[in-house]
Amino acid sequence: MSKKAFRPDVDAPEYKGGYSPYDIIKEGTIAIVIVAMLTLILAVFFGSPDEKAITVKSWSNADPIDFAQTALEELNGTSGTAGYGAPYNHAAVGQQLGPLTLGKWVGVHIPINTVKDFIVSPLQSQPAIPGLQPALSQWTSASASTQNGWVADYTKAATKMTWSNGQVVVNATNSGPVPVMINDLTQMARSGALDQALITGSGYYTTDYTKPLLFLADSEYFGTLADKQHLTGSQWGMMNETGQYPGQAWLWLYTFWYQIPPFNTSANADVLIWGMMMLLTALLLLVPVIPGLRAIPRKTKVYRLIWREHYSNHE
Amino acid sequence: MSLLGSIINLDGYGHYLHWHFILVSVGNLVVVSLMVVTFVAALLLPFPGKSRRKENR
Amino acid sequence: MSITEIERQWTTRLRKRVEGKLPPEKLLPDTQPAYVSSWIYVFGVATLAALIVVIGTGVILAIRGPLWWHQSFIGHFVNSLHLWSVEIFFFSMIVHLWGKFFMGAWRGGRTFTWMTGVVTFIASIVTGLTGYVSQTNFDSQWISTQAKDGINATGGGAFFNVLNFGQMLMWHIVILPIAAVLLTALHVLMVRVKGVVPPYEDEAKVA
Repeated sequence: MSKKAFRPDVDAPEYKGGYSPYDIIKEGTIAIVIVAMLTLILAVFFGSPDEKAITVKSWSNADPIDFAQTALEELNGTSGTAGYGAPYNHAAVGQQLGPLTLGKWVGVHIPINTVKDFIVSPLQSQPAIPGLQPALSQWTSASASTQNGWVADYTKAATKMTWSNGQVVVNATNSGPVPVMINDLTQMARSGALDQALITGSGYYTTDYTKPLLFLADSEYFGTLADKQHLTGSQWGMMNETGQYPGQAWLWLYTFWYQIPPFNTSANADVLIWGMMMLLTALLLLVPVIPGLRAIPRKTKVYRLIWREHYSNHE
Repeated sequence: MSLLGSIINLDGYGHYLHWHFILVSVGNLVVVSLMVVTFVAALLLPFPGKSRRKENR
Repeated sequence: MSITEIERQWTTRLRKRVEGKLPPEKLLPDTQPAYVSSWIYVFGVATLAALIVVIGTGVILAIRGPLWWHQSFIGHFVNSLHLWSVEIFFFSMIVHLWGKFFMGAWRGGRTFTWMTGVVTFIASIVTGLTGYVSQTNFDSQWISTQAKDGINATGGGAFFNVLNFGQMLMWHIVILPIAAVLLTALHVLMVRVKGVVPPYEDEAKVA
C-alpha cells in the first residue's frame, strides 16, 4: 500500500512539537481595548469629512446657465441619462463585454423618460404661473415631430444662451413653448420646488433619490466640484475622499484599470473592468487550488522570518 | 470649535502626488505606507515569551 | 423512548457532530503550538476587534438615525469613530491577508478557511460601499452616481440601485452586517476546528 505523495503547497506537515499557554479570551479583550483606543485617538485628532450635499436649488443658483443647458439636454435627448440605456431606458445598447450586453438583457427596470420626468411633469405640478399653463398645453397637444422641431431650433439658438435679470435668455424664433418651459424650470429649480417635485414621485414619503441624482449627474457643475476634490474616474477617484482624509485605499486595483489603455478610452470600460476584477477575485479565492500561484509562499521564503524561532529550535 | 471639532483639520482641497499616470493622495499614501511598514515590522520584530516557549518544549 | 431512538434524533445527531468537530477545549483552547510566535499573528484578532468597534459605533449611529451626524457634535464624533474603525478594519484585514498568503495558510485541508476569508473581504467591500452611499452628503451623491455605471454595466443596477438611499441604507445596516458577521464567525470557527497552519517543512533539513 503506497502512501500518497506529500505536496508541500497543499498538505501541511504533522506538528509534533511543543505547545505554549494561550489565553484566547484575554487576547481578544486586549485587542478590542487597543483598537477602541486607537479609533478614539484617530477620531479626536482627525474627525471625519462632511461636505454638504448639492441640491438642484444650490446648483441652479450657483450656475443657472449650466442648469438650463442640462435641462435642454434632458429635453433634446443628449444628456447622459437620456442616452443611457438600461436600466433607465432603451436609448442605447449599453456596454458590451465581448458579445454580452448584460445591462440590456436584464432590461429597463427603473424607467426614466427625461422629457416627462425631468421637465414636463415637474412643470405640470406647479401652481398657476403666468405663461406656463398655455406653454404646457401647447407642448402636450403638439405632435412629436413638431416638438422635435421646436427643440432643435432652441438647441441651435441656445449656444448663445445668457442669464440676464434672473431669466434665461435665448434668441429663439421658432421654438414654440420651449423657451418658457426651460426658463420656468430654471426658476422652479432656483426656488427649491424642483428638488421636491423630483423626489416625491411616489407619494408623501420617499427615500429614493434616483431622479434628482441622475439630473445632477448630467450637469457640468457636479463634475467640476468632484474634479476639484480629485474624485473623478481619471483621477483614481474611486479610492479618494474629500479633503485630505484617507479614502478607500483597498479599491486601488479596481480604479487602477481606468487609468490605463485600453480601458481609459473604452466606452465599455466599466463592464470590462468588472469582468477583470471578477476574474482576479476568483483567482484570489482559488489560490489554494492553483499550482504555481500557491507555490509562491514556499518559493519566496518569507515564512522563514515568521517561523524563525521554530526552525532554530528544530534544527 | 466648529461642528467638526477635530484637532487636525483635514478639510479643504487635498494634497496629491502625481507621477506619470499615478495620482495618489497624501492621506492614502500615508495609510498604504503604514501598512507596508507594519507588515515588515510584524515579520521582523521579536515576539515576547521566547524563554517560556523553550521551557515548555 | 429507547436509546437508539434518542440517538437518531436530529438534535442528538447535530450535537454529537458539533462536539466531535469542535469540543469546548478546541473552541476555547488554553494552549497553542509554539510556532505561533510572531507579531503577524495579531492581525486576525485585530480585524475582529475592529469589526466589533465598527458594529458598535454603527449601532449608536442607528439609534439617532442617518441624519444625526450632520446636526450634532456628538453625532459627528460617533461618525468619526465609525470611519476610523473601518479604516483600521481594512488595514488589519489586508495585513492579515498578506501574512496568511506568505504562510500558505490554506495547506492541510484549510482551503475552506482561506475561501471564507476572501468572501468576507469582498462582503466587507460591498458593506463599505453601501455605507459610503448612505452618508447623505456630497460624497455619497458623487460615489453613488459614479458607482451606478459599473453596476449598471453588469445588469445588476436594475435590482441594486445605489441611488436609492432607503435600499442602500437597509443593505448597509441589516443585510450586509448579518452576512459579514456570519462569514466572520464561520471563518473563525474554521480556524478553531483546523488549528493554525503548521510551518512549511524545513527544506534545509529535508534535503
